[in-house]
Amino acid sequence: MNLVTIAWKSIRQRALASSLTALSVALGVTLMVTVLVMHSVIFKTFNQPATGYDLIVGAKGSPLQLVLNTIFHLGKPVENIPYLYYKELKENPRIEAAIPLALGDTTQQGGFRIMGTIPEFFGVEYMPDKKFGVYKGGRYLSKPFDAVIGASVAKANNWGIGSTFKPVHGVDDGSGEAHVHDEEFTVVGVLGRTGTPNDKGVFVHLDGFYMIEGHEKPADEAYAKAVATAKLLGKEPPPPPKPQADDAHDDDDEHGHHHHHHGPIPDEQKEVTAVLIRTKSPIVTPQLQGFINDQPQAQAVSPIQQISLLFSTFIDNVQLMLLVLITMIILVSGVGIFVSIYNSMSDRKREIAIMRALGARRGSVFSIILAESILLCVGGGILGVLLGHGLVFAAAPYVEAKSGIVMNPWAFEWIELVLIPALIVLASLVGMVPGMTAYRTDVAKALAN
Amino acid sequence: MSLILKQVRKSYTEPDGTKLPILNVEHFALDKGEQVVLVGESGGGKTTLLNVISGITQADSGTVQVDGHDLTGMFEAKRDRFRAERIGFVFQTFNLLDAFTALENVMLGMSFAGNNGGKAVARELLQRVGLGHRLNHRPSALSVGEQQRVAVARSLANKPSLLLADEPTANVDVKNQELILKLIRDACSERNVSLLMVTHSQEVAGQFERVEQLGDFNKPGESK
Ligand SMILES: Nc1ncnc2c1ncn2[C@@H]1O[C@H](COP(=O)(O)OP(=O)(O)OP(=O)(O)O)[C@@H](O)[C@H]1O
Ligand SMILES: [Mg+2]
Repeated sequence: MNLVTIAWKSIRQRALASSLTALSVALGVTLMVTVLVMHSVIFKTFNQPATGYDLIVGAKGSPLQLVLNTIFHLGKPVENIPYLYYKELKENPRIEAAIPLALGDTTQQGGFRIMGTIPEFFGVEYMPDKKFGVYKGGRYLSKPFDAVIGASVAKANNWGIGSTFKPVHGVDDGSGEAHVHDEEFTVVGVLGRTGTPNDKGVFVHLDGFYMIEGHEKPADEAYAKAVATAKLLGKEPPPPPKPQADDAHDDDDEHGHHHHHHGPIPDEQKEVTAVLIRTKSPIVTPQLQGFINDQPQAQAVSPIQQISLLFSTFIDNVQLMLLVLITMIILVSGVGIFVSIYNSMSDRKREIAIMRALGARRGSVFSIILAESILLCVGGGILGVLLGHGLVFAAAPYVEAKSGIVMNPWAFEWIELVLIPALIVLASLVGMVPGMTAYRTDVAKALAN
Repeated sequence: MSLILKQVRKSYTEPDGTKLPILNVEHFALDKGEQVVLVGESGGGKTTLLNVISGITQADSGTVQVDGHDLTGMFEAKRDRFRAERIGFVFQTFNLLDAFTALENVMLGMSFAGNNGGKAVARELLQRVGLGHRLNHRPSALSVGEQQRVAVARSLANKPSLLLADEPTANVDVKNQELILKLIRDACSERNVSLLMVTHSQEVAGQFERVEQLGDFNKPGESK
């Protein structure tokens, strides 16, 4: 029998006290693992969708709001920018892909956000090395009244290919006063789950989006804005718009639905909410950002930077506080182990003396006590790691159903690797004092009792 | 010679600072394989003498030789190992560790002598003391007599050359006393192990050829 086996048998002898103290360590570690996994889930949730695009261009204002609104569908949509600006931007040689998003409507059922975009949206990776995919039988946008829906939308609304819906203007607050558009869109594709807010998105063809009644900016307003911008740029004001001929024509789609929309709106009256930008190389990103920001029409923000900023100022501090608290909980568990072992020492004087009489060295009995402490701490620690990940494992389906976040219960954090050595250090400190008691045991005296 | 003590002195310092001499042995020796019983009044220093012989207690002066090795000159760690390998022990009571089975208690003694296997040897020894059917019992599930037999088995596990027994039969009934005594004596003669046994029992002492009265060779009061 080696010293660890001997220590283990002694622990087993005091099964109740041992398991309680180990359990207290385990619970502390469980908390720690849960917080770590939660943090990484939150971080990934926020960070990963932000990694797909180098820049987001939108109306000047709060950069964070632009990112949160465009990528995470949080908060009210920001101001719009002219479509003509987007067209001009697209020609910039530093840009590889520029994808417009037009926001403002939601679905009547479930209140999912409708985004007008171009078919190219689905061709660009939404995260590095992650491409959109549609379920079998589906396709991407090609006709104006096509819609492609995210996985969560399909599940929640029980929609599939062929389902139709009418957009609601603005966010339906349930008051029943929201304006339902007459135009009807048909689902032509369901996206595979991405684990990003895209799962809750309804994507419609930008052309169709503009055909929705009221989505064009009134000609006089659009013109006034264009003139104001030209003035800021020191350019010639654009020519005033020609009065529009009402050449509305009927357009039967393949399902025979009747869309009584009016004719295509001129580009001057079109607007987009944001433009997602992929640059040709990371080197040119800051240049492009500077160039856009120097001009009056729009701002360009880096989504990753905004998310990092949000994290470092808010969530990281919360996490730090939690970790400090949990570390203290684990230290208290360590004290519990100390008390448990220390209390047992007076009962074990004779045991230790017998071992010494049998030829155990002082160092050996010290090591046995230390090993007990380490076994309790590390055993509790391992149990805690398993419990923590087990908890994540159990919670994963619910979290995924609720938020679309895919949690990997076996994603270990680097801190967990530090945890076990840290527990060994704690256990060594805790075991030191009772270990010394064992070391110093007066064998003759203890045997006489 | 299996054991030689020369000019061994041991005294305890009382809390008030006065010295309390316990041992002052000019010469004491045991031949290889010899079986000796040690008697003497309570508090006379018999247990202290055994502890000095095994190296559990350091003598103040003098030499203790076991198998020709001087224990008093050894570093503690070496003395511990020496004890594990060459000296067997049986105490009056509570010889065993509660956390371990009978078999494990025997193996425990072996592991401190650097023998980490020895299950077969331990089992054989327990069978030898008639406990082949009690191998996996904890001490709490054994009678006092059985516990003492486990202790006897354990004391022999490392093939010692000297067995020290401190009143091993004081707490058992007559029947067990006979049994245990016979076990110890037979095992010692089989293996040519020297035996030094402390007893208060006239009956036990009467069975030995050589009976030593501690007071006859221990003169703690004489010369400082
Ligand atoms: N650690 C110690 N410190 C001080 N005095 C001690 C210590 N150990 C033993 N003594 C004293 O030494 C004397 C001898 O004790 P010891 O146990 O050797 O006697 P003994 O002959 O074995 O007695 P008994 O037959 O009752 O077991 C006693 O007076 C005891 O009080
Ligand atoms: Mg005694």
